Amino acid sequence: MIIGQGVQRGDGVPKVTGAALYVDDLDIDGCLHGVTVRSPHARARIVSIEKSEDYDWSDITVVTAKDIKGENTIYLMTRDQPALAESETKHCHEPVALIAAVTLERAKDAARHLVVKYEPLPALLDANLSRTSDVNIFGTDNTFKEINIRKGDHAGVSEGVLIEGTYKTGLHEQLYIEPQGMIAIPREDGGVTITGSMQCPYYIVKGITDLLGIDKSEINVIQSTTGGGFGGKEEYPSMLAAHVALLSQASGKPVKIVYDRTEDLQSTTKRHPTTVTIRSRVSDTGRLLTWESDILVDGGAYNTLTPVVLSRAVLHVTGPYRCDNYNITGFAVATNTPPNGAFRGFGAPQAQFASERHMDRIARVMGFDPIELRRRNLVVSGDETATGQKLYDPGAHTVLEAALTAADNSDVPPPKSFSGDGGLAARLSKGRGVALAFHGCGFTGNGEAALQGRVSVSLEGGKVHIQTASTDIGQGVDTIFCQIVAEELDIPLDMVVMDPHDTDNVPDSGPTVASRTTMVVGRVCQRAAKGLLELLREQSGRDESFTVLARDYEGPSSLRVEEVYTEEVDMEWDPETYQGDAYPTYGWSCVVVDCTVDRDTGEVRYDRFVSATDVGRALNPVLAAGQIEGGSLQALGWATSEEVVLDERGSMKNARLTNYIVPTSLDAPEMHTVLVEIPFVGGPFGAKGIGEIPMDAPAAAVAQAIEQAVGVVLNELPMTPERVLCEVE
Amino acid sequence: MKIEFTVNGASVSVDVDSSTRLLDLLRVDLALTGTKNGCSEGECGACSVLLDGRSVCSCLVPAFQVAGSEIVTVEGLAGEVLHPIQDAFLKHGAAQCGICTPGLLITAAELSAQEVPPKETEIRELMAGNLCRCTGYQKIIDAVVEVVCVSS
Repeated sequence: MIIGQGVQRGDGVPKVTGAALYVDDLDIDGCLHGVTVRSPHARARIVSIEKSEDYDWSDITVVTAKDIKGENTIYLMTRDQPALAESETKHCHEPVALIAAVTLERAKDAARHLVVKYEPLPALLDANLSRTSDVNIFGTDNTFKEINIRKGDHAGVSEGVLIEGTYKTGLHEQLYIEPQGMIAIPREDGGVTITGSMQCPYYIVKGITDLLGIDKSEINVIQSTTGGGFGGKEEYPSMLAAHVALLSQASGKPVKIVYDRTEDLQSTTKRHPTTVTIRSRVSDTGRLLTWESDILVDGGAYNTLTPVVLSRAVLHVTGPYRCDNYNITGFAVATNTPPNGAFRGFGAPQAQFASERHMDRIARVMGFDPIELRRRNLVVSGDETATGQKLYDPGAHTVLEAALTAADNSDVPPPKSFSGDGGLAARLSKGRGVALAFHGCGFTGNGEAALQGRVSVSLEGGKVHIQTASTDIGQGVDTIFCQIVAEELDIPLDMVVMDPHDTDNVPDSGPTVASRTTMVVGRVCQRAAKGLLELLREQSGRDESFTVLARDYEGPSSLRVEEVYTEEVDMEWDPETYQGDAYPTYGWSCVVVDCTVDRDTGEVRYDRFVSATDVGRALNPVLAAGQIEGGSLQALGWATSEEVVLDERGSMKNARLTNYIVPTSLDAPEMHTVLVEIPFVGGPFGAKGIGEIPMDAPAAAVAQAIEQAVGVVLNELPMTPERVLCEVE
Repeated sequence: MKIEFTVNGASVSVDVDSSTRLLDLLRVDLALTGTKNGCSEGECGACSVLLDGRSVCSCLVPAFQVAGSEIVTVEGLAGEVLHPIQDAFLKHGAAQCGICTPGLLITAAELSAQEVPPKETEIRELMAGNLCRCTGYQKIIDAVVEVVCVSS
């Protein structure tokens, strides 16, 4: 069996020897360096853009909106976001002009001599005021999306105790260690090759074809080794690709743009700030009778993927609990701040921080033990979700008991060394927090059926090659897909090769997002491998093993089989009423976090972190644990240290690694990771998606641990030392 | 100005101006792109190299300062076979996206060369200058402890 083995990642050796080439490592002959001129205002009218007359522009390429040949838009869900602002800028750091030169220094110098005159306009920065504001950013009422979910009769329930709370989460930065970067290279046929750091090559093809005014056959996109994404390289790379392509079109030369850290932090997408209010009626035995929820998501200045983020939020705000009467309303609105976008979890972490904190509030108000309250309400087989989806074999109870057992079996280590005196012990209080989450795997509703993701597998030179647009951004897709094919064909792993992710050669597998790659695209990959074996048997008329048939194969140099997504579990979904089967299946997670809180400083130290996650089937347990541990630490950073501070222009004030604080190895707790396997019939060998669920539960567990340690109730993220200290008496 | 130094065992002689960073000298002039640029302010450690055996952030070191010194980058860690810390990273799954990996390996290599090996409880602090956003660090710490603390 190759499935279930923690085989070493296929790109491991190049990554540990420094041979792996990331976008900034590519040496392209004659490549110009590009920079972006950005608006310094939250909202402004562009009065004029002029080149200084006393500056030598002879070797400088300048592009503004006027130079765009096609339609000035980055096409994603809508066409509202321009590649370069034309008459009005809608957020601080919005691109207004592009400059390229032979060196980066020369390009930066020229940018200082491009004079852009602005007339600042009134700006809207507060999402709470968005729908009633005179400042118009999007549509007629600044609303990107409204979604309602109704089930049962919440208004008809009058018994039980009514409990209400509001929970807030702030902006959160993906902080991939490799900043965003992209290169455009002119092709001999007049088209363009785009290469760079990205999650979704076909998003870029779709996003910039109309902008460039060329046919999609004239553009190909190649992923370079990508230094982390976490959603941050889902949609934003289309903007960067647009910019290098425009500069390349204008100059006739290859052009590279690589952001420095501050530009990346100020300009690219972040997790949506979200406010969630939950009102619920609870019986005296602790059963949830009603669950009403209002969600407000701040999308920033352009639509990007915000409606889908809101969708994830409304579908996860119930938490993994059963209730018969739901009334959920969500709004995603516009503000004059940089557009927010995809980030691991995609609305579900915000929603489940709220639902878990609300369960803690119920426990506090009604005098229940928080874990016992959860046990009484967790979904079991046969229960329905808010959308009326019947659940089979939900793992909520299983992961809870698995996590608690693991937490009790390992010794809690002593608190990490504090520099302090003998009075230290009195300052430190320990607490333990437990939280649960569920996460829908793959696209919502009929998304996969509509998308028709494709993968092909080919026999070439005695090896099996895989062609997919699903990119390896560190999570290990290239390795996992090779394992799937090797297992399916019963061949050694070194007989399987992952082809480069180049849209000229790979079919559109859909984007590398939504915990869908292993479960959904991996299944298509498995079926393509099976199809290749069947084709060989059919052609040869022999019922032999793949190894024998491949050895004896004498046909054309490449024999390729392409497969397309097929629905394997029945999905009924109504996108209008939000009723039906929201996801093909769900993952389940429970985390236990042990903290030490310093009453004098408000600092929260993570002592130990235990998680139990239903992964369906661990195709590669080392990679699976790596996803869960990495995602969990991002969530722990979001919980206590990662705070994006905006100034009065909506510009990130702390746009440096010095003051945007991500956890180091010293901040990170010792992690114990339990993989629970409740197989999903529609996934390859039973696998479910696991990329995002680690983001969902940890922050609420930390809040509960702080509450237990020092009696302070916090309902807003991040729970920085300052916020903790404000509440500690 | 002209400076001479050793990089990964080979002598080099290059012209640098006073504002050139060691990071750019390595990546641009010497095409040693294994050393990465994550923040340009000494916070992330992706640009770590060994300077006379000590792990430093090459984005903070003026190139002229390495005249006469010995530099080791990630490309210089392996000989005929991989360095034990490279093997341990592969075995434990300590590299995911890989962008921080060269810097982490350099810092771990420094620790593994110390005459008195650090204690297991010190490893998290000693590695804290190299940020990783993918792993949650557990697998990195496991790999470093195995090579630095156990086998030495």
